[in-house]
Amino acid sequence: MNTVYDTIRNPAVDMAESTVQTDFDDKSWDMVGSLNLSLQLPTGEALIELVEQGHDDIVVCTADLGRPTQVINFGKRYPDRYFNFGIAERNMIGAAAGLATTGHLPVISNYSFFLALMGAENIRNDIAYPNLKVRMVGTHSGIAMGFYGTSHHCNEDIGLLRAIANLTVMAPCDAMTVRLALKSTLDHDGPIYFRVGRGREAPIYEQPPEWRIGGSHQLRDGKDATIFAIGNLVKASLDAHDILAGEGIGLRVVDAYSIRPIDEAAILSAAKAHGVILSAEEHNITSGFGSAVAEVLASHGVSAKLVRIGMPDQYSLLGPPTHLYKHYGLDGEGVAAKVRDALKAG
Amino acid sequence: MQRPRKNVSKELLAEKAKMIRRETVKLTDICGSGHYGSAFSMAELVAALYYEFMHVDPGDPQWMDRDRFTMGKGHAAIGLFPVLADLGFFSWDELYSYTRLGSPFGDHPDMRKVKGADFSSGSIGHNLSVSVGMALGLRRRKSPARVICLMGDGEQAEGQVWEAAMSAAHFGLGNLLGIVDINKVGSDGDVSETMNNEPLHEKWRAFGWDVERIDGHDPDAVGDALNWGLNADRDKPAIILADTVAGKGVSFMEHRWQWHLGYLGPADRDRALEEIEKGLS
Repeated sequence: MNTVYDTIRNPAVDMAESTVQTDFDDKSWDMVGSLNLSLQLPTGEALIELVEQGHDDIVVCTADLGRPTQVINFGKRYPDRYFNFGIAERNMIGAAAGLATTGHLPVISNYSFFLALMGAENIRNDIAYPNLKVRMVGTHSGIAMGFYGTSHHCNEDIGLLRAIANLTVMAPCDAMTVRLALKSTLDHDGPIYFRVGRGREAPIYEQPPEWRIGGSHQLRDGKDATIFAIGNLVKASLDAHDILAGEGIGLRVVDAYSIRPIDEAAILSAAKAHGVILSAEEHNITSGFGSAVAEVLASHGVSAKLVRIGMPDQYSLLGPPTHLYKHYGLDGEGVAAKVRDALKAG
Repeated sequence: MQRPRKNVSKELLAEKAKMIRRETVKLTDICGSGHYGSAFSMAELVAALYYEFMHVDPGDPQWMDRDRFTMGKGHAAIGLFPVLADLGFFSWDELYSYTRLGSPFGDHPDMRKVKGADFSSGSIGHNLSVSVGMALGLRRRKSPARVICLMGDGEQAEGQVWEAAMSAAHFGLGNLLGIVDINKVGSDGDVSETMNNEPLHEKWRAFGWDVERIDGHDPDAVGDALNWGLNADRDKPAIILADTVAGKGVSFMEHRWQWHLGYLGPADRDRALEEIEKGLS
């Protein structure tokens, strides 16, 4: 029996901190072991690299979640650049704003639901209104927390944050793009919210794609329909592409990582190409990413069928995340079924 | 790092406090609505801060080593703007665009529009947190600058204030000075009736701050307390609890929650201006 300790080695996690010794049951794990699984959350590593490259302004803020969001390694490396505010998210957001006025680039790393939902007003008034250069990495978005429950789910952050002027909202979907997102946007003077998962997602990219604010990246082409996906749904859409290919259905898959601003040209081009468009997100379909896609189509007067895949307008059942994804049709089979339906009805 | 106290006459500070009250009345006259009570209660504190203690440069508003002043009680910005104009951050003509369409100057300060305003505010309870971040950042930059956050006593009901208080002590921010303008009134009436916040001295001390409680209209007490709070060496944050009078300086406004927000018609405006010029005994 392999344990979480020896199946995966996340170099960002300091295994010496684990209390689980060799005489423990193979199935036992503590906080340290579980963090070992979050390979797609390289925030701390990426920021260490940036400081090493001479970016002297970077500081990190968290609210007692430096370990689960994987910035504790940054804190150990650079204790004078690492501020843990305890479980006081609003204070953390305000302090990050203050830090930004003193020649620092604060990177907030916290669970998305406590950052974006609890902190929405502070993000709006302290960071976005003064248009301060702050980076927010909201982790464990959507229903990634599964059976931890509704209080820990975050299906509303896109809707909330998309209405806040000055704020850019992006969704890197794996470790490669988390790094890319942090590093390639350093010159952007305003605030950015990066919506990410819990770190256990499937890697998507082997090489860094082009990454820009307002951009998107086409991963597969297809003749019948286009799906614009974010986060976990990028992998589900790629799986759907493969399933549908066997049935002779061609699905174009676009990683629509820039939620706000959104890649209007890519959406309009897809509408022109085949008129069947799907949006896919781990978020309430009311006021979510799909709503943004709908706005683009409607305001350009483009005639296309849009199917929004996401969480229904209700609180999620509890369950293990993979079971929930299947239940809500947020996996490859679920997405494929929606594509088939859309093409039949179309 | 210890700092020398500047040599400023009491007469000058008294005149500047009068100016704050006079200009608050004049600016309110432009828009027909203003926070008289809060601007009047803080007048001596703000005059002493800007003319005797703070290190700022109107020619270089973004000077990195300037002292920062943030307003938890942003609704009293009407009393700050005249000081910034008087110091030369902007002209009086600009200020008299107050609240007109597209003006930089509204009821609450906007740091991106008002030169000399160190942070935007308006949402009560935010700016002590912002000040904690400023103090952390300045300390990391080895700046000698101080951060001053002026809060209201009603603001003490905001939970975030105590999150910030805890963190400032935790981080040992000796470059951070809080001031609570205890004018004892808010929108709904007396603070003690709406939501009692006393004993404030014990609360702040328990949160790990050095605390002084003073009469916020006594120039000697204000000067000594600010000298203690801003010019001394310390390894933890300090706070001045300043007992003040809402509407101070105008007889029919003093102690009255009714003048937290209001407007004076021409005759009453002139009466108020006269009382401000003469000074109440």
